[in-house]
Amino acid sequence: MGILEVKGVGKRFGGLQALGNVNLSVAENTVHAIIGPNGAGKSTLLNCLVGKLIPDTGSVTFQGESVLGRKPHEINQMGISRVFQTPEIFGDLTVFENVMIPCFAKRDGAFRMHAYESVKDEVEIREKARLILDDVNMLEKRDMIAASLSRGDKRRLEMAMCLVQEPKLLLLDEPTAGMARADTNNTIDLLKHIKATRDITMAIIEHDMHVVFSLAERITVLAQGTPLVEDTPENIKGHPKVKEAYLGETQA
Amino acid sequence: MLGLSSKDTALLIIVALLALLAPVLLNPFPEASAMAQFNAGYPDLMQRFVIYGIFAIGFNILFGLTGYLSFGHAAFLGVGSYAAVWMFKLLSYNVVPAILLSVVVAGLFSVLIGYISLRRSGIYFSILTLAFAQMSFALAYSVLSNPKFNLTNGETGLQVYTDDPQIFHRAGLPDLPHFFGLSMRSTYTVDMGGWSFDFNAGYYLCAIILLVAFYMSIRIFNSPFGIMLRAIKSNQQRLNYTGLNSRPYTLAAFVISGMYAGLAGGLLAAMDPLAGAERMQWTASGEVVLMTILGGAGTLIGPILGAGFIKYFENIFSKINDNVLHQWFSFMPDGAEDFLVAIVHPFVGKGWHLTLGILFMLVVIFLPGGLVEGGQRIGRFVFRRNNRKGGGLEPDAKAKQPAE
Repeated sequence: MGILEVKGVGKRFGGLQALGNVNLSVAENTVHAIIGPNGAGKSTLLNCLVGKLIPDTGSVTFQGESVLGRKPHEINQMGISRVFQTPEIFGDLTVFENVMIPCFAKRDGAFRMHAYESVKDEVEIREKARLILDDVNMLEKRDMIAASLSRGDKRRLEMAMCLVQEPKLLLLDEPTAGMARADTNNTIDLLKHIKATRDITMAIIEHDMHVVFSLAERITVLAQGTPLVEDTPENIKGHPKVKEAYLGETQA
Repeated sequence: MLGLSSKDTALLIIVALLALLAPVLLNPFPEASAMAQFNAGYPDLMQRFVIYGIFAIGFNILFGLTGYLSFGHAAFLGVGSYAAVWMFKLLSYNVVPAILLSVVVAGLFSVLIGYISLRRSGIYFSILTLAFAQMSFALAYSVLSNPKFNLTNGETGLQVYTDDPQIFHRAGLPDLPHFFGLSMRSTYTVDMGGWSFDFNAGYYLCAIILLVAFYMSIRIFNSPFGIMLRAIKSNQQRLNYTGLNSRPYTLAAFVISGMYAGLAGGLLAAMDPLAGAERMQWTASGEVVLMTILGGAGTLIGPILGAGFIKYFENIFSKINDNVLHQWFSFMPDGAEDFLVAIVHPFVGKGWHLTLGILFMLVVIFLPGGLVEGGQRIGRFVFRRNNRKGGGLEPDAKAKQPAE
């Protein structure tokens, strides 16, 4: 049984059946890619996993617990972090402050004034934030205002903000969308580094086949709201159905 | 010092000096001179500067940090005033219980309004707070003022009457708000040459409370809680996906700023033991928004500057009448004098709102960061000029150059 189990999930928007009957099992400590042509329902599926959407049918369980009906911040507390297609960071804050905020949240997410907490706590948090920035090679930019970073650095910062929470599952929504080739390769290297240095499961939604085949250990192909095949990258590459539905289309 | 960075300590010291020396600084013109009407150093106005400064500092904690624009903060000011006057009526004219109760009552009231209003954000939040403030106004103006249950005394305003209980009132105490016997109206006047300076007990009480309020706002700005509030303004989406429920944080900010408003309301009543419903009207709520934006939302000192600026205009600019204008332009030939007076006339006296409106427009368009940004730009400009002139001078040497 995988860390994340999606069973029979369906979601309808008015007349459009965005997700039909999705079954998906993400095994612990793997990189699982979900690919598919535009409109295949990849983003809808992801939004169902993080609590932004509630599916009409089916179940989503994370480590045996249902995530359905929980608010995004509660799902995050279970150990799921999300990286957005466009980096979502605190633009007005400095890089360091950006990383400090998830540290405050990490403990249990409960509301605290934080004003009169022990100095030791804050020292710990600062050290943790420093380490994670060092890990993603952002330490020299710690005092920059986040909005002024380059696209690639914003992505790095967003990853750092997710990682500092020590999530068990990292959801990545097209992490290299809109990036130049060099930035894409940097991001791939960063993701490989992250995977190699900690126990973490990743689910990646991605268009760029270069990224998918450099990282993924399992691939699920989604088409018209239903999973077409699920297999290893080697087998997916040669799969006739996939070629027809997806690769054939883009390479034609 | 006091857990502040050296920059913030310097800011606090500057504000402290300005506040404590205000009776002197605001009276730069000799009493007999024609410019004396621009003197703002009389107790009544100085108290207003400081009290509205507190109001704006509190508002800035909500609006400047979280970006939630409340259009109903005057409700808390009004509630604070009513609470304080009730304390005068029931206990005694001592201001301490009055101010404490005004803060507590405004805090409770803001928990209620904040809990409901913060279910929405953006314009809907603003409208909800506006609606609550107008309801509070209606309650105070008529509903809660009937012969059976007279909480607010309606149109007349709540005030202390001789047949009120005042259970702690004793013979030797002043019949006006006092601080353990020291009347808020007691003023020590110093005459020096042509100048006259008023050192007023009520003003100094307000000024000290302002300094405490300002210090607390600096601490809030720099605390992790403050960072969290700024994060809410910056990207609420990310905050939700970071495992944080932002609602308790915004509610805490709302209640804190409501308590600041209550404190300001209590102080208003402590300076003048009267509470009227008009204090809760939407224009009063709009005024604090203007003050904060004019001074610089999200900056520490901006709200105080904005409050001082607007209150100065309201009280000084509005006093310029045609006679004064004729005096000013008397050096011109008659025709030109009348012409100039006719042109300037709509902008002064009762038309001071017009000038304020134009200034507000100019600030918002050219200095979106408010007066604080203006100050920073001037600072940078002067600094650059000095740099060019002085070549490789040491910073010390630069500072010694006359500012021209």
